[in-house]
Amino acid sequence: MKSDNTLMKVFLGLYLVVFFGYLLGPLIIMSITGFNSPGFPRAAPWECLTFEWFDVLANDKRIINGLQNSFMVGAGTVILSVIMGMAGALVLTQVWPKLRATYYTIVIAPILIPGVVLGISTLVFWDRINVMLGFSGESFLHNGILLTILGQSTFIASYCMLVFVARLQRFDVGLTEAALDLGATNVQAFRKILLPFLKPAIGSSAVLAFLASFENYNTTTFTFGKYPTLTIELAQKVRYGINPSISVLAFIIVVLTIVGALSHEIYQRRKQLALANGAPVGAVTGGFQLPKFLRGNPASVVLLLVALGGFSTIWFANVYSPETCKAEVREIKRTLQQQRIEEIRRQKIEREQQKLLQGPDIFGPKNRPGDAPQSPGKGAFGSVFDPQNLDKAGPESNNEPAAKNPGAGAFGSVFDTQNLKKQSESGN
Amino acid sequence: MKRTGFMSEFFERNGLALGLYLLLAVGFWVFILILLPQLSMLDFSFRHHLPPPEMGGPKDVYTLEHYKFLVLGAQGADSSYNAVDLGVFVRTLLAALFVTLLDLALCYPLAYYLGQSNGGGFVRVLVLLLIIPYWVNEILRAFAFRIIFGDSGVINELLISMGMIGSPIDFIRENVALYSGLGYAYILLMIFPIYNVIESLDRNQIEAARDMGAPWWRIHWRVVIPYAKPGISSGCTMVFMLTAGALAAPQILGGPSSLWFTQIIYQWFNQGGNWPRGAAYAIVLLIVCIFIVLSMMRLFKVKMGDIGK
Repeated sequence: MKSDNTLMKVFLGLYLVVFFGYLLGPLIIMSITGFNSPGFPRAAPWECLTFEWFDVLANDKRIINGLQNSFMVGAGTVILSVIMGMAGALVLTQVWPKLRATYYTIVIAPILIPGVVLGISTLVFWDRINVMLGFSGESFLHNGILLTILGQSTFIASYCMLVFVARLQRFDVGLTEAALDLGATNVQAFRKILLPFLKPAIGSSAVLAFLASFENYNTTTFTFGKYPTLTIELAQKVRYGINPSISVLAFIIVVLTIVGALSHEIYQRRKQLALANGAPVGAVTGGFQLPKFLRGNPASVVLLLVALGGFSTIWFANVYSPETCKAEVREIKRTLQQQRIEEIRRQKIEREQQKLLQGPDIFGPKNRPGDAPQSPGKGAFGSVFDPQNLDKAGPESNNEPAAKNPGAGAFGSVFDTQNLKKQSESGN
Repeated sequence: MKRTGFMSEFFERNGLALGLYLLLAVGFWVFILILLPQLSMLDFSFRHHLPPPEMGGPKDVYTLEHYKFLVLGAQGADSSYNAVDLGVFVRTLLAALFVTLLDLALCYPLAYYLGQSNGGGFVRVLVLLLIIPYWVNEILRAFAFRIIFGDSGVINELLISMGMIGSPIDFIRENVALYSGLGYAYILLMIFPIYNVIESLDRNQIEAARDMGAPWWRIHWRVVIPYAKPGISSGCTMVFMLTAGALAAPQILGGPSSLWFTQIIYQWFNQGGNWPRGAAYAIVLLIVCIFIVLSMMRLFKVKMGDIGK
């Protein structure tokens, strides 16, 4: 029985590792590529630790512009969806019972409708309204920001509504009734009773709406017009040529997410503790205690952090420079190339010596004049400026044919006097 | 006069200002944002593709042209069916189904584990970890898979450096990258509904089944799964619909030869410039997806109200 249990535990652990590897592995690998020096984001052959992609990201005008548009769209979507979502949830509590199922289906449907369809329908609908009203093609109804806000709010309002519905389920209608009995107007009762009760839901649905708007692609891609959001810019970058600055952006988002999630979690913990102890939230410090000289003195904490950060940066900059590392990597690559060339040359010589043992070579010289014109073209493939490459391209390209024909040793290496010499040496 | 009665009661209950706010906000949402655009798109899909000056003119009549094009292909084409578009459509749906089942198989054990554990610190950390990938941009998530599965990606480099393969495996062409990216994109929408339902399952039921000598698979089959059915179907519905309607992941991870149906729609809008045809394709996608989901719900006896809980 006991071994059975441990077996189960091993399986469970394995499964958790696999699952969370699948979930978090891609993000970790992507973040790593943001600190690697090659121009294409890759993690596997680690070359140099570098922070240059942060600079590239910060100077990318399109990303910055996309970020601004995203924030504008996000703000509009949050306002519109929270307003509509709250109204939707309130109506759901008092809608005619027969209509209730239909109503619920309609307002929940946008979550299930593919985002592409929502984007298209928004675009088509407002375009036709525009035509119907006789506006020009440049009217405000063709404004990408407005259309994107409308398209996104269609389904984000449904998310918000679900948050409000969950909160409203715990609302005691008696409270509003009591307020009304005591002479409050409807608006007063709403403002003083229901709204404060819904406040946490408003907060969380606003956060949810902003995040959903920020990362939306499917709907936005049809409606953005002249105002590409960050996601649209990212998609275009990913599809047409990329550098690791995208990974840096992902890394920043991941870090922000973790910080946000952790602080939310800590806040929740403190609230629970506070509830358990009957004390206000601010009075609970949680399990983490600062050293005495720092407690109650936020300025010194900040100062300490800044000093630590500054010193470590200076130290790091002194000890480590990406440029030297990159030069080193280049050097290593060159040495590797050199080694490969040497290796190939050696093999060739060996092969030719073997051939020599088998008999004199009569085809070699004959083929040479005919083959020679091909070689400059081959060697010149995009690397004419690198003498090293010229060296390499030659011998490598004739590696295969050389097995059959020793004369092919001249393939592409006509410029290499070394080669010629060797061949004549071995020929003699 | 039931309706006016309902309306006056509504205003009596909420007061004029609040009642107006509710009516306007919900009316705007339901009619202007949800219903009318869909109807407008439906109407639009039955129209000829005309240049703007001719819109509303004598040529602007209803037609089935675009739906015919999807089924039959261009007039005078070699084959009698539009094999390319229909093939892409069927493959999209099958692939979405496959991804849904994959996600279900992956998520169910974790949802069960999380739901039935005591909710200690470890589980809280796991839930936090679950949420992190969800807030990372969809594009970036797909991009991460490209880094992993690309020709010079992590997996290929690893395998080559370990000497297991000689030349890189083309994961993108084999659609491995696409399926894992799609499965990844919406995995949380599968796990949380199931987790929420299983969390409320009384553990005594499982204990009782175990005491009666039921093996573990039978406990799941007879106790846990029937109880978790609303969560499972809700998760499956969302993952299926979103996967079938996904655009970002196929654009970034799709191989050169494999199209996703949404990509065809996108092409009609952006490159082909034939909006009505794109709208018709979108309508077909929407209706078929809804039909599949509804028939699945009927098959497994789940109600619409269970979705989104």
